[in-house]
Amino acid sequence: MKFDTPATSNPIDQLKVVGHPVDRIDGPRKTTGTAPYAYERHDVARNQAYGHVLGAGIGKGRVTAMDTAAARAAPGVVAIVTTLDMPRLEKGPRNTASLFGGPDVQHYHQAIAVVVAETFEQARDAAAMIRVEYARQPGRFDLAAEGPKAQLASAESGEGGAAPQEDRTGDFEGAFARAPVKLDETYTTPDESHAMMEPHATIAAWDGETLTLWTSNQMIAWGRTDVAKTLGIPEENVRLDSPFIGGGFGGKLFLRADAVLAALGAKAARRPVKLALARPLMANNTTHRPATIQRIRIGAQPDGRITAIAHESLSGDLEGGGPETAVAQTKLLYAGANRLTAMRLAVLDLPEGNAMRAPGEAPGLMALEVAMDEMAERLGIDPIAFRVVNDTQVDPEAPDRPFSQRQLIECLRTGAERFGWSRRSATPGQRREGRWLVGMGVAAGFRNNLVMASGARVRLDGSGGVTVETDMTDIGTGSYTIIAQTAAEMMGVPLDRVTVRLGDSSFPVSAGSGGQWGGNSSTAGVYAACVKLREAVAQRLGFNSAEAVFADGEVRAGNHSAPLGQAAGADGMVAEDTIEYGDLAKRYQQSTFAGHFVEVGVDAATGETRVRRMLAVCAAGRILNPKSARSQVIGAMTMGVGAALMEELAVDKRHGFFVNHDLAGYEVPVHADIPHQEVIFLDEVDPISSPMKAKGVGELGICGVGAAVANAMYNATGVRLRDYPMTLDKMIDRLPQVV
Amino acid sequence: MRVNGDVRAIQLDTRTTLLDALREHLQLTGSKKGCDHGQCGACTVMVNGQRIYSCLTLAVMHDGDAITTIEGLGQPGNLHPMQAAFVRHDGYQCGYCTPGQICASVAALEEIKAGVPSHVTADLMAMPQVTAEELRERMSGNICRCGAYSNIVDAITEVAGRQA
Repeated sequence: MKFDTPATSNPIDQLKVVGHPVDRIDGPRKTTGTAPYAYERHDVARNQAYGHVLGAGIGKGRVTAMDTAAARAAPGVVAIVTTLDMPRLEKGPRNTASLFGGPDVQHYHQAIAVVVAETFEQARDAAAMIRVEYARQPGRFDLAAEGPKAQLASAESGEGGAAPQEDRTGDFEGAFARAPVKLDETYTTPDESHAMMEPHATIAAWDGETLTLWTSNQMIAWGRTDVAKTLGIPEENVRLDSPFIGGGFGGKLFLRADAVLAALGAKAARRPVKLALARPLMANNTTHRPATIQRIRIGAQPDGRITAIAHESLSGDLEGGGPETAVAQTKLLYAGANRLTAMRLAVLDLPEGNAMRAPGEAPGLMALEVAMDEMAERLGIDPIAFRVVNDTQVDPEAPDRPFSQRQLIECLRTGAERFGWSRRSATPGQRREGRWLVGMGVAAGFRNNLVMASGARVRLDGSGGVTVETDMTDIGTGSYTIIAQTAAEMMGVPLDRVTVRLGDSSFPVSAGSGGQWGGNSSTAGVYAACVKLREAVAQRLGFNSAEAVFADGEVRAGNHSAPLGQAAGADGMVAEDTIEYGDLAKRYQQSTFAGHFVEVGVDAATGETRVRRMLAVCAAGRILNPKSARSQVIGAMTMGVGAALMEELAVDKRHGFFVNHDLAGYEVPVHADIPHQEVIFLDEVDPISSPMKAKGVGELGICGVGAAVANAMYNATGVRLRDYPMTLDKMIDRLPQVV
Repeated sequence: MRVNGDVRAIQLDTRTTLLDALREHLQLTGSKKGCDHGQCGACTVMVNGQRIYSCLTLAVMHDGDAITTIEGLGQPGNLHPMQAAFVRHDGYQCGYCTPGQICASVAALEEIKAGVPSHVTADLMAMPQVTAEELRERMSGNICRCGAYSNIVDAITEVAGRQA
């Protein structure tokens, strides 16, 4: 189905099942521990051996020798494959660093061997017996130091945010020079780790030349293509299966070493191999969100109208990598005739930087929305009023391109009322409750809505049961449930008559899970397949398909009705289709918006910050399931608090690695860090986006949260921090003298 | 060991953790391995009624112990009240930390009932109460990177209210 004109009324609009906050259909399995994750598939292949991955102990250089004699002689060892056994493997277009092979070490903990043994303990201990000799080379590990050498860079984040290397509208420099009120500040965000709960894990089994990988991957079709390329085998010989994924956040978008080394280990061992990356290996072996240094300049008239806005970002990556697209939102969020955005990319020899939840916008808004708060104060205007004055209903760089929907002002105003914004003092440091300095902060949330082609197959059986098959994944997002809701609505059956099967590369290729495109795009694909199935059913029943109504397990047209299953008969019926998109995304800017409100208490003596209240008001098209959508938002708000207050991969600039590479050293929010969270979804349907009229919401929730925390901390204390994470050591010597 | 009521006799490598004994040898994969270092809580089970990180204890130390895992609390179609509350309140997303969160929740309510104080219990001589603050403190050894904390506390609060 080609979606190239705005959606008109369709069966989804009935909202009998779609739009309801139903419990997740996979909930009973997840809460009883019976949902099978990659490493747990004891049933899929007999005689599984255990693999353990060894990572390089240097940041840059070469492996000169590996002595595996002791390891090979260790009890239970079946096979060892080292990086010196083969030339560097090919890599898919989505990987920057090589995943295995050859003597060169591009980054710390790059995989250099896999040990296969009868048991986990034997494999792990034998891996520790491998003696490795290295020729270490000097590397570039300090982003600020490499900054002057950085080159202008353009990029698609691959997951949403995109910006050319330098974009100019009007005359920024002239307008900024003339502006009566201005700001020129620099903000920094650190390297961050996805730290999903389930480590990267794969079971690999060869059957002759064909390879099956039971793995944990957000993008099945990308994974399949890249496995084939990396191992040099035909794509049709590769199958991936990934029905449950224990979190991804972008860290499982791409093929990683677990899948490659399970496959190589299984080949060498001549039997199935299961392995998971050990937690301490993950931060350096896999990808991370790159650190940024961002300069923002804003010039405005005394009435608050922005006349000049510039956002420039510096980030680093390995040779051949790309920049963090931190300036992307600044191209679209606020009006202003004179504009400049630019990205510079330094070459670093740290592990590969890549997409993490809302790449670009998440760190970009941590800077921009603090700058907006600072600018509002300089202008003497309320931060919400300042944003309202600079709202735009069109793309500011291309004014003939309207937003399909843009309710940023409504988000901010609704949030202000619900949060009690009027009780905030414009002067910071005014509210004291015992040992706590209390403040409120606001920030705009913004994330583009992307649409991706997505396919599905829908089966109807003789009893009226419906089965959906698509290689879409559910990474905690609720895909199983919203896909079932979509099929139930379209076919006119109760939710419990729908079975959903996901994550298998033998199913039709879907949008996959990334860039908050999954929910809208994958359900639109199911919609397309259901439209086809409805036509086939009506035709078989001899009904006019335009008149046929699918409801209550029946098909009705005129005076006739028939049970849905009757059309399917004993053999069943099947339909398959893919939703594809025309140029609506070019003609309209599709984005999602939020108003984030945060109240913090800062300990007047220690500078410790505690988040007391949080509210997000979101405008993101039709909400397909308010329960699971709300969970997406609160989860993203939680990750936003982590980014604001604690998350930072600490760089060892001498040896070139992330030091705090486990869950004890890399701190993420825990229960005690997170208060009750409120989420409001504004009524919105967006017929430009898809037949579902929905948009993405899973990343919107993190966009702007960090800045709202920062702004609340400033409101509480009068101390402005521009260097994330905002830990108490950056605050304590600047606190007001109140003790 | 007695696991979820059944006596299970297994021969194990002395290096095998209780978690790997459950997941790999008894194929009870409901208990999850998130870090294998006692940092995340996904492996939480109950040993003789008390919660424990099963990755931080060797299986050989539990000869004769009674182990309760998530599979022992309830099954699809026969959910434990805490499992049902997690479903109702959407107290999970990816589901990987969920069995550990649920085991910890059940044990934490028992600890409060038994009068065990926590870091946030103001009066060590008084019976601790089921407050959001107590629950957040007592559940902080179980990380949920998806960030379902607010919903998890709602689920536990509902179950505690029904018990009281």
